[in-house]
Amino acid sequence: MKRLEQGERHTVSLILNGVPRTGRADNRTLLSDFLRHELGATGTHVGCEHGVCGACTVRIDGAAARACLTLAVQAEGRRVDTVEGLAGKDGELNDLQQAFRRNHALQCGFCTPGILMSCSDFLERVPGPTEAQVRDMLSGHLCRCTGYTNIVKAVLETAAERQARREEEKHA
Amino acid sequence: MKPGAFDYIRIDSAEEACELLAQYGDDARILAGGQSLMTVLNMRLAQPGLLLDVSRTAPLDYVRLQDDKLAVGAAATQASVEWRAGLAGEVPLLKLAFPHISHFQVRNRGTVCGSIAHADPSAELPLCLAALEGEVVLRSKKGRRVLKAGQFFQGMLLTARRPDELVEEVRYPLAATGTGYAFEEFSTRHGDFAIVACAAVVSRDGIRLAVGGVADRPRVARWPHLEDSALDAALNDFAWDLEAQDDPHASAKYRRHLVRRLGRRVIQQASAATSGEK
Repeated sequence: MKRLEQGERHTVSLILNGVPRTGRADNRTLLSDFLRHELGATGTHVGCEHGVCGACTVRIDGAAARACLTLAVQAEGRRVDTVEGLAGKDGELNDLQQAFRRNHALQCGFCTPGILMSCSDFLERVPGPTEAQVRDMLSGHLCRCTGYTNIVKAVLETAAERQARREEEKHA
Repeated sequence: MKPGAFDYIRIDSAEEACELLAQYGDDARILAGGQSLMTVLNMRLAQPGLLLDVSRTAPLDYVRLQDDKLAVGAAATQASVEWRAGLAGEVPLLKLAFPHISHFQVRNRGTVCGSIAHADPSAELPLCLAALEGEVVLRSKKGRRVLKAGQFFQGMLLTARRPDELVEEVRYPLAATGTGYAFEEFSTRHGDFAIVACAAVVSRDGIRLAVGGVADRPRVARWPHLEDSALDAALNDFAWDLEAQDDPHASAKYRRHLVRRLGRRVIQQASAATSGEK
Protein backbone atom coordinates (compact mmCIF):
# COMPACT_ATOMS: atom_id res chain seq x y z
CA MET A 1 0.00 0.00 0.00
CA LYS A 2 1.45 3.31 -1.05
CA ARG A 3 -0.13 6.48 0.20
CA LEU A 4 0.29 9.43 -2.12
CA GLU A 5 0.24 12.57 0.03
CA GLN A 6 -1.65 15.67 -1.02
CA GLY A 7 0.35 18.77 -1.94
CA GLU A 8 3.23 16.70 -3.29
CA ARG A 9 4.07 15.97 -6.90
CA HIS A 10 4.14 12.30 -7.82
CA THR A 11 5.76 10.60 -10.77
CA VAL A 12 3.26 9.21 -13.26
CA SER A 13 4.43 6.93 -16.08
CA LEU A 14 2.15 5.79 -18.86
CA ILE A 15 2.24 4.66 -22.47
CA LEU A 16 0.99 7.59 -24.56
CA ASN A 17 0.18 6.56 -28.13
CA GLY A 18 2.67 3.70 -27.86
CA VAL A 19 5.48 5.80 -26.39
CA PRO A 20 6.48 5.53 -22.71
CA ARG A 21 6.11 8.95 -21.10
CA THR A 22 6.68 10.20 -17.57
CA GLY A 23 5.53 13.37 -15.84
CA ARG A 24 4.73 14.80 -12.43
CA ALA A 25 1.26 15.27 -11.03
CA ASP A 26 -0.57 16.20 -7.84
CA ASN A 27 -3.16 13.67 -6.69
CA ARG A 28 -5.84 16.10 -7.75
CA THR A 29 -4.47 16.63 -11.28
CA LEU A 30 -6.97 15.39 -13.85
CA LEU A 31 -5.71 13.16 -16.64
CA SER A 32 -6.90 15.78 -19.16
CA ASP A 33 -4.70 18.46 -17.57
CA PHE A 34 -1.78 16.06 -17.17
CA LEU A 35 -1.86 15.19 -20.87
CA ARG A 36 -2.04 18.83 -21.94
CA HIS A 37 0.14 20.67 -19.44
CA GLU A 38 2.64 18.05 -18.35
CA LEU A 39 3.08 15.92 -21.47
CA GLY A 40 2.26 18.67 -23.99
CA ALA A 41 -0.36 16.52 -25.74
CA THR A 42 -2.78 19.37 -26.39
CA GLY A 43 -4.85 17.47 -28.93
CA THR A 44 -7.14 16.37 -26.09
CA HIS A 45 -9.54 19.26 -25.47
CA VAL A 46 -11.19 20.27 -22.21
CA GLY A 47 -14.80 21.42 -22.21
CA CYS A 48 -17.17 20.94 -19.30
CA GLU A 49 -14.91 19.09 -16.85
CA HIS A 50 -17.78 17.03 -15.50
CA GLY A 51 -18.08 14.29 -18.06
CA VAL A 52 -20.94 15.68 -20.12
CA CYS A 53 -19.48 17.26 -23.28
CA GLY A 54 -17.11 14.47 -24.33
CA ALA A 55 -14.37 16.77 -25.69
CA CYS A 56 -11.70 15.19 -23.45
CA THR A 57 -12.48 11.57 -24.40
CA VAL A 58 -9.36 9.41 -24.72
CA ARG A 59 -8.82 5.66 -24.77
CA ILE A 60 -7.58 4.14 -21.51
CA ASP A 61 -6.35 0.59 -22.10
CA GLY A 62 -8.42 0.71 -25.26
CA ALA A 63 -11.73 1.86 -23.77
CA ALA A 64 -13.07 5.32 -24.62
CA ALA A 65 -13.40 7.32 -21.39
CA ARG A 66 -13.51 10.87 -20.07
CA ALA A 67 -10.02 12.15 -19.21
CA CYS A 68 -11.64 14.84 -17.00
CA LEU A 69 -13.21 12.16 -14.77
CA THR A 70 -9.93 10.28 -14.37
CA LEU A 71 -7.05 11.30 -12.13
CA ALA A 72 -3.58 11.38 -13.66
CA VAL A 73 -2.33 9.09 -10.85
CA GLN A 74 -4.99 6.53 -11.89
CA ALA A 75 -3.40 6.29 -15.33
CA GLU A 76 -0.09 5.06 -13.88
CA GLY A 77 1.16 2.17 -16.00
CA ARG A 78 -1.78 2.33 -18.40
CA ARG A 79 -1.98 2.67 -22.14
CA VAL A 80 -3.51 6.02 -23.04
CA ASP A 81 -4.36 6.80 -26.65
CA THR A 82 -5.22 10.30 -27.79
CA VAL A 83 -6.00 11.97 -31.11
CA GLU A 84 -2.27 12.54 -31.72
CA GLY A 85 -1.86 8.79 -32.16
CA LEU A 86 -4.36 8.36 -34.99
CA ALA A 87 -2.38 9.75 -37.93
CA GLY A 88 0.58 7.82 -39.40
CA LYS A 89 4.21 8.69 -38.69
CA ASP A 90 4.40 10.97 -41.71
CA GLY A 91 1.30 12.83 -40.54
CA GLU A 92 -1.02 11.14 -42.99
CA LEU A 93 -4.55 11.13 -41.58
CA ASN A 94 -6.05 7.71 -40.86
CA ASP A 95 -9.17 6.51 -42.67
CA LEU A 96 -11.55 7.84 -40.02
CA GLN A 97 -9.92 11.27 -40.03
CA GLN A 98 -9.98 11.36 -43.82
CA ALA A 99 -13.69 10.49 -43.79
CA PHE A 100 -14.30 13.36 -41.35
CA ARG A 101 -12.46 15.75 -43.68
CA ARG A 102 -14.21 14.46 -46.80
CA ASN A 103 -17.67 14.75 -45.24
CA HIS A 104 -17.15 18.11 -43.53
CA ALA A 105 -17.79 16.31 -40.25
CA LEU A 106 -16.22 19.17 -38.32
CA GLN A 107 -16.34 22.92 -38.38
CA CYS A 108 -14.55 24.51 -35.42
CA GLY A 109 -13.03 21.15 -34.52
CA PHE A 110 -13.13 21.58 -30.75
CA CYS A 111 -15.17 18.44 -30.09
CA THR A 112 -13.50 16.40 -32.85
CA PRO A 113 -10.57 14.80 -30.94
CA GLY A 114 -12.94 13.28 -28.37
CA ILE A 115 -15.37 12.09 -31.03
CA LEU A 116 -12.55 10.47 -33.02
CA MET A 117 -11.35 8.56 -29.95
CA SER A 118 -14.88 7.32 -29.16
CA CYS A 119 -15.35 6.26 -32.76
CA SER A 120 -12.04 4.42 -32.88
CA ASP A 121 -13.02 2.30 -29.84
CA PHE A 122 -16.62 1.86 -31.02
CA LEU A 123 -15.76 0.73 -34.57
CA GLU A 124 -13.42 -1.94 -33.22
CA ARG A 125 -16.24 -3.35 -31.09
CA VAL A 126 -19.08 -2.79 -33.53
CA PRO A 127 -17.54 -3.11 -37.01
CA GLY A 128 -20.86 -2.91 -38.90
CA PRO A 129 -22.99 -0.43 -36.93
CA THR A 130 -26.45 0.80 -37.88
CA GLU A 131 -27.12 4.52 -38.07
CA ALA A 132 -29.07 4.26 -34.80
CA GLN A 133 -26.07 2.67 -33.05
CA VAL A 134 -23.75 5.40 -34.34
CA ARG A 135 -26.15 8.12 -33.17
CA ASP A 136 -26.40 6.44 -29.77
CA MET A 137 -22.60 6.35 -29.44
CA LEU A 138 -22.37 10.02 -30.53
CA SER A 139 -24.95 11.04 -27.92
CA GLY A 140 -22.00 11.10 -25.51
CA HIS A 141 -20.52 14.08 -27.37
CA LEU A 142 -21.69 17.64 -27.81
CA CYS A 143 -20.97 19.29 -31.16
CA ARG A 144 -22.44 22.77 -31.53
CA CYS A 145 -21.49 23.27 -35.21
CA THR A 146 -22.33 20.34 -37.43
CA GLY A 147 -25.76 19.09 -36.43
CA TYR A 148 -24.14 15.62 -36.41
CA THR A 149 -25.44 14.58 -39.84
CA ASN A 150 -22.02 14.68 -41.45
CA ILE A 151 -20.36 13.03 -38.46
CA VAL A 152 -22.78 10.10 -38.74
CA LYS A 153 -22.05 9.92 -42.46
CA ALA A 154 -18.28 9.87 -41.89
CA VAL A 155 -18.51 7.11 -39.27
CA LEU A 156 -20.78 4.92 -41.40
CA GLU A 157 -18.56 5.48 -44.43
CA THR A 158 -15.46 4.45 -42.46
CA ALA A 159 -17.21 1.32 -41.20
CA ALA A 160 -18.24 0.37 -44.75
CA GLU A 161 -14.74 0.99 -46.09
CA ARG A 162 -13.18 -1.14 -43.38
CA GLN A 163 -15.69 -3.93 -44.02
CA ALA A 164 -14.87 -3.83 -47.74
CA ARG A 165 -11.15 -3.90 -47.00
CA ARG A 166 -11.58 -6.91 -44.71
CA GLU A 167 -13.54 -8.72 -47.43
CA GLU A 168 -10.83 -7.95 -49.95
CA GLU A 169 -8.11 -9.24 -47.64
CA LYS A 170 -10.08 -12.40 -47.01
CA HIS A 171 -10.11 -13.17 -50.75
CA ALA A 172 -6.59 -11.94 -51.51
CA MET B 1 -13.91 22.72 -11.88
CA LYS B 2 -10.86 21.08 -10.30
CA PRO B 3 -11.02 18.88 -7.23
CA GLY B 4 -9.63 20.00 -3.89
CA ALA B 5 -6.61 18.31 -2.32
CA PHE B 6 -6.79 14.76 -0.98
CA ASP B 7 -4.49 11.85 -0.19
CA TYR B 8 -4.73 8.90 -2.55
CA ILE B 9 -4.21 5.17 -2.07
CA ARG B 10 -4.54 2.56 -4.75
CA ILE B 11 -6.21 -0.40 -3.07
CA ASP B 12 -5.03 -3.98 -3.62
CA SER B 13 -7.71 -5.93 -1.74
CA ALA B 14 -11.10 -5.61 -0.04
CA GLU B 15 -9.37 -6.27 3.32
CA GLU B 16 -7.11 -3.28 2.79
CA ALA B 17 -10.06 -1.04 1.86
CA CYS B 18 -11.95 -2.13 4.99
CA GLU B 19 -8.94 -1.58 7.21
CA LEU B 20 -8.59 2.00 5.94
CA LEU B 21 -12.35 2.68 6.10
CA ALA B 22 -12.30 1.54 9.75
CA GLN B 23 -9.50 4.02 10.39
CA TYR B 24 -10.75 7.04 8.44
CA GLY B 25 -14.55 6.55 8.19
CA ASP B 26 -16.37 9.49 6.65
CA ASP B 27 -13.19 11.33 5.67
CA ALA B 28 -12.36 8.55 3.18
CA ARG B 29 -14.28 7.94 -0.02
CA ILE B 30 -14.14 4.90 -2.26
CA LEU B 31 -13.21 5.86 -5.83
CA ALA B 32 -14.26 3.21 -8.35
CA GLY B 33 -15.16 4.31 -11.89
CA GLY B 34 -15.39 7.92 -10.77
CA GLN B 35 -18.24 8.77 -13.13
CA SER B 36 -20.27 10.26 -10.28
CA LEU B 37 -17.63 10.88 -7.61
CA MET B 38 -15.17 12.72 -9.88
CA THR B 39 -17.96 15.04 -11.01
CA VAL B 40 -18.84 15.73 -7.38
CA LEU B 41 -15.15 16.35 -6.57
CA ASN B 42 -14.60 18.57 -9.62
CA MET B 43 -17.55 20.70 -8.53
CA ARG B 44 -16.28 20.61 -4.94
CA LEU B 45 -19.60 19.33 -3.66
CA ALA B 46 -17.48 16.92 -1.62
CA GLN B 47 -13.93 17.34 -0.31
CA PRO B 48 -12.83 14.07 1.27
CA GLY B 49 -9.37 13.90 2.82
CA LEU B 50 -8.56 10.50 1.38
CA LEU B 51 -9.53 8.63 -1.78
CA LEU B 52 -9.34 4.84 -1.80
CA ASP B 53 -9.10 3.79 -5.43
CA VAL B 54 -10.58 0.33 -6.06
CA SER B 55 -10.81 0.73 -9.85
CA ARG B 56 -7.86 -1.64 -10.33
CA THR B 57 -8.41 -3.92 -7.34
CA ALA B 58 -8.19 -7.25 -9.16
CA PRO B 59 -9.96 -9.41 -6.53
CA LEU B 60 -12.99 -7.07 -6.78
CA ASP B 61 -13.09 -7.06 -10.58
CA TYR B 62 -15.53 -9.89 -11.31
CA VAL B 63 -18.95 -10.57 -12.79
CA ARG B 64 -20.11 -14.13 -12.09
CA LEU B 65 -23.14 -16.36 -11.76
CA GLN B 66 -23.61 -17.31 -8.15
CA ASP B 67 -26.57 -19.48 -7.16
CA ASP B 68 -29.55 -17.78 -8.80
CA LYS B 69 -27.91 -14.36 -9.04
CA LEU B 70 -25.51 -12.33 -11.14
CA ALA B 71 -22.86 -11.09 -8.71
CA VAL B 72 -20.90 -7.96 -9.63
CA GLY B 73 -17.77 -6.95 -7.69
CA ALA B 74 -16.89 -3.39 -6.69
CA ALA B 75 -14.29 -2.91 -9.44
CA ALA B 76 -16.36 -4.32 -12.33
CA THR B 77 -17.38 -1.72 -14.90
CA GLN B 78 -20.88 -1.31 -16.25
CA ALA B 79 -19.49 -2.16 -19.69
CA SER B 80 -18.22 -5.51 -18.41
CA VAL B 81 -21.80 -6.43 -17.51
CA GLU B 82 -23.44 -4.74 -20.51
CA TRP B 83 -21.26 -6.56 -23.06
CA ARG B 84 -21.76 -10.02 -21.51
CA ALA B 85 -22.89 -12.32 -24.30
CA GLY B 86 -25.59 -13.99 -22.16
CA LEU B 87 -26.96 -10.94 -20.34
CA ALA B 88 -30.33 -10.89 -22.17
CA GLY B 89 -31.03 -14.39 -20.87
CA GLU B 90 -29.48 -13.88 -17.43
CA VAL B 91 -30.88 -10.52 -16.33
CA PRO B 92 -33.14 -9.25 -19.14
CA LEU B 93 -34.07 -6.12 -17.21
CA LEU B 94 -30.42 -4.98 -17.13
CA LYS B 95 -30.11 -5.62 -20.86
CA LEU B 96 -33.08 -3.29 -21.40
CA ALA B 97 -31.85 -0.63 -18.97
CA PHE B 98 -28.18 -0.28 -19.97
CA PRO B 99 -28.76 1.78 -23.14
CA HIS B 100 -30.45 4.42 -20.97
CA ILE B 101 -27.49 4.76 -18.58
CA SER B 102 -25.61 7.89 -19.59
CA HIS B 103 -23.40 7.11 -22.58
CA PHE B 104 -21.11 4.40 -23.96
CA GLN B 105 -18.00 6.36 -22.89
CA VAL B 106 -19.25 6.66 -19.31
CA ARG B 107 -20.37 3.02 -18.99
CA ASN B 108 -16.86 2.00 -20.09
CA ARG B 109 -15.49 3.33 -16.81
CA GLY B 110 -18.43 3.62 -14.43
CA THR B 111 -18.99 0.68 -12.08
CA VAL B 112 -22.21 -1.08 -11.09
CA CYS B 113 -21.42 -1.00 -7.36
CA GLY B 114 -20.47 2.69 -7.63
CA SER B 115 -23.86 3.60 -9.04
CA ILE B 116 -25.58 1.62 -6.29
CA ALA B 117 -23.42 3.26 -3.59
CA HIS B 118 -24.07 6.73 -5.04
CA ALA B 119 -27.86 6.09 -4.92
CA ASP B 120 -29.03 8.79 -7.28
CA PRO B 121 -32.85 8.63 -7.21
CA SER B 122 -33.04 8.79 -11.01
CA ALA B 123 -30.30 6.24 -11.73
CA GLU B 124 -31.20 3.06 -13.61
CA LEU B 125 -29.02 0.47 -11.82
CA PRO B 126 -30.54 1.15 -8.37
CA LEU B 127 -33.99 1.09 -9.98
CA CYS B 128 -33.35 -2.34 -11.52
CA LEU B 129 -31.94 -3.64 -8.24
CA ALA B 130 -35.09 -2.48 -6.44
CA ALA B 131 -37.41 -3.93 -9.11
CA LEU B 132 -35.67 -7.32 -8.97
CA GLU B 133 -35.35 -7.27 -5.17
CA GLY B 134 -31.61 -7.77 -5.46
CA GLU B 135 -29.00 -7.57 -2.73
CA VAL B 136 -26.09 -5.39 -1.67
CA VAL B 137 -23.12 -6.93 0.13
CA LEU B 138 -21.55 -4.54 2.63
CA ARG B 139 -18.18 -5.45 4.05
CA SER B 140 -16.28 -3.98 6.97
CA LYS B 141 -13.41 -5.11 9.16
CA LYS B 142 -15.99 -6.79 11.38
CA GLY B 143 -17.51 -8.88 8.60
CA ARG B 144 -20.19 -8.80 5.95
CA ARG B 145 -23.88 -7.99 5.94
CA VAL B 146 -26.27 -8.51 3.06
CA LEU B 147 -29.13 -6.05 2.61
CA LYS B 148 -32.10 -6.19 0.26
CA ALA B 149 -32.31 -3.25 -2.13
CA GLY B 150 -35.36 -1.97 -0.23
CA GLN B 151 -33.35 -1.81 3.01
CA PHE B 152 -30.23 -0.37 1.37
CA PHE B 153 -31.71 2.71 -0.35
CA GLN B 154 -32.70 5.24 2.31
CA GLY B 155 -33.18 8.50 0.43
CA MET B 156 -31.61 10.96 -1.98
CA LEU B 157 -27.93 9.89 -2.26
CA LEU B 158 -28.49 8.20 1.09
CA THR B 159 -27.99 4.52 1.86
CA ALA B 160 -27.70 2.16 4.82
CA ARG B 161 -23.94 1.89 4.26
CA ARG B 162 -22.01 2.70 7.43
CA PRO B 163 -18.87 4.86 7.18
CA ASP B 164 -16.62 1.83 7.72
CA GLU B 165 -18.30 -0.28 5.04
CA LEU B 166 -17.40 -1.02 1.44
CA VAL B 167 -20.09 -1.88 -1.13
CA GLU B 168 -18.23 -5.06 -2.01
CA GLU B 169 -20.75 -6.72 -4.30
CA VAL B 170 -24.19 -6.27 -5.83
CA ARG B 171 -26.40 -9.24 -6.73
CA TYR B 172 -29.07 -9.12 -9.43
CA PRO B 173 -31.49 -12.10 -9.38
CA LEU B 174 -31.44 -14.13 -12.60
CA ALA B 175 -34.50 -14.32 -14.84
CA ALA B 176 -37.18 -16.70 -13.58
CA THR B 177 -39.25 -18.83 -15.96
CA GLY B 178 -42.68 -17.49 -16.72
CA THR B 179 -41.64 -14.00 -15.67
CA GLY B 180 -41.59 -10.96 -17.97
CA TYR B 181 -39.46 -7.84 -17.63
CA ALA B 182 -39.75 -4.38 -19.17
CA PHE B 183 -38.03 -1.01 -18.84
CA GLU B 184 -38.95 2.45 -20.12
CA GLU B 185 -37.51 5.86 -19.42
CA PHE B 186 -38.36 9.44 -20.27
CA SER B 187 -35.59 12.04 -20.25
CA THR B 188 -35.07 15.34 -22.05
CA ARG B 189 -32.31 13.89 -24.20
CA HIS B 190 -31.03 10.35 -24.51
CA GLY B 191 -28.51 9.65 -21.74
CA ASP B 192 -29.70 12.51 -19.49
CA PHE B 193 -31.00 11.91 -16.00
CA ALA B 194 -34.40 10.23 -16.07
CA ILE B 195 -37.40 12.45 -15.40
CA VAL B 196 -39.29 9.21 -14.85
CA ALA B 197 -38.01 5.65 -15.33
CA CYS B 198 -40.15 2.54 -14.87
CA ALA B 199 -39.27 -1.14 -14.55
CA ALA B 200 -41.88 -3.89 -14.40
CA VAL B 201 -41.62 -7.52 -13.36
CA VAL B 202 -44.71 -9.62 -14.09
CA SER B 203 -44.92 -13.24 -12.93
CA ARG B 204 -47.59 -15.75 -11.95
CA ASP B 205 -47.62 -14.18 -8.49
CA GLY B 206 -48.45 -10.69 -9.71
CA ILE B 207 -46.96 -7.37 -10.74
CA ARG B 208 -44.00 -5.42 -9.41
CA LEU B 209 -43.57 -1.87 -10.67
CA ALA B 210 -40.48 0.14 -9.72
CA VAL B 211 -40.30 3.87 -10.40
CA GLY B 212 -37.20 6.06 -10.41
CA GLY B 213 -36.72 9.81 -10.81
CA VAL B 214 -39.78 10.82 -8.78
CA ALA B 215 -39.38 9.97 -5.08
CA ASP B 216 -36.11 10.33 -3.14
CA ARG B 217 -35.22 6.72 -3.94
CA PRO B 218 -36.45 3.96 -6.27
CA ARG B 219 -39.91 2.92 -5.05
CA VAL B 220 -41.63 -0.39 -5.69
CA ALA B 221 -45.36 -1.21 -5.82
CA ARG B 222 -46.57 -4.81 -5.58
CA TRP B 223 -49.98 -5.75 -6.94
CA PRO B 224 -51.90 -8.89 -7.87
CA HIS B 225 -52.77 -9.16 -11.56
CA LEU B 226 -54.78 -6.04 -12.34
CA GLU B 227 -56.31 -4.94 -15.58
CA ASP B 228 -58.14 -2.02 -17.14
CA SER B 229 -59.67 0.40 -14.65
CA ALA B 230 -58.35 -1.47 -11.60
CA LEU B 231 -54.80 -1.06 -12.97
CA ASP B 232 -55.45 2.60 -13.81
CA ALA B 233 -56.63 3.21 -10.26
CA ALA B 234 -53.61 1.44 -8.74
CA LEU B 235 -51.24 3.39 -11.00
CA ASN B 236 -52.93 6.67 -10.09
CA ASP B 237 -52.68 5.93 -6.35
CA PHE B 238 -49.02 5.01 -6.73
CA ALA B 239 -48.29 8.14 -8.79
CA TRP B 240 -49.71 10.31 -5.96
CA ASP B 241 -47.97 8.18 -3.34
CA LEU B 242 -44.55 9.08 -4.74
CA GLU B 243 -45.04 12.72 -3.73
CA ALA B 244 -43.56 14.14 -6.92
CA GLN B 245 -42.03 17.61 -6.69
CA ASP B 246 -41.90 20.45 -9.20
CA ASP B 247 -38.40 21.15 -10.45
CA PRO B 248 -36.91 22.97 -13.46
CA HIS B 249 -37.07 19.78 -15.55
CA ALA B 250 -40.70 18.80 -15.03
CA SER B 251 -43.74 19.61 -12.91
CA ALA B 252 -45.09 17.22 -10.31
CA LYS B 253 -48.25 16.87 -12.40
CA TYR B 254 -46.24 15.87 -15.47
CA ARG B 255 -44.27 13.33 -13.45
CA ARG B 256 -47.52 11.75 -12.20
CA HIS B 257 -48.71 11.62 -15.80
CA LEU B 258 -45.50 9.84 -16.85
CA VAL B 259 -45.76 7.35 -13.98
CA ARG B 260 -49.31 6.43 -15.08
CA ARG B 261 -48.44 6.17 -18.78
CA LEU B 262 -44.97 4.57 -18.62
CA GLY B 263 -46.12 2.37 -15.73
CA ARG B 264 -48.99 0.97 -17.76
CA ARG B 265 -46.74 0.50 -20.79
CA VAL B 266 -44.03 -1.48 -18.94
CA ILE B 267 -46.62 -3.66 -17.21
CA GLN B 268 -48.20 -4.47 -20.56
CA GLN B 269 -44.80 -5.20 -22.11
CA ALA B 270 -43.74 -7.40 -19.20
CA SER B 271 -47.07 -9.28 -19.29
CA ALA B 272 -46.66 -9.87 -23.01
CA ALA B 273 -43.13 -11.18 -22.38
CA THR B 274 -44.49 -13.82 -19.97
CA SER B 275 -47.00 -15.24 -22.44
CA GLY B 276 -44.21 -16.40 -24.74
CA GLU B 277 -43.01 -18.76 -22.03
CA LYS B 278 -44.52 -21.60 -20.07
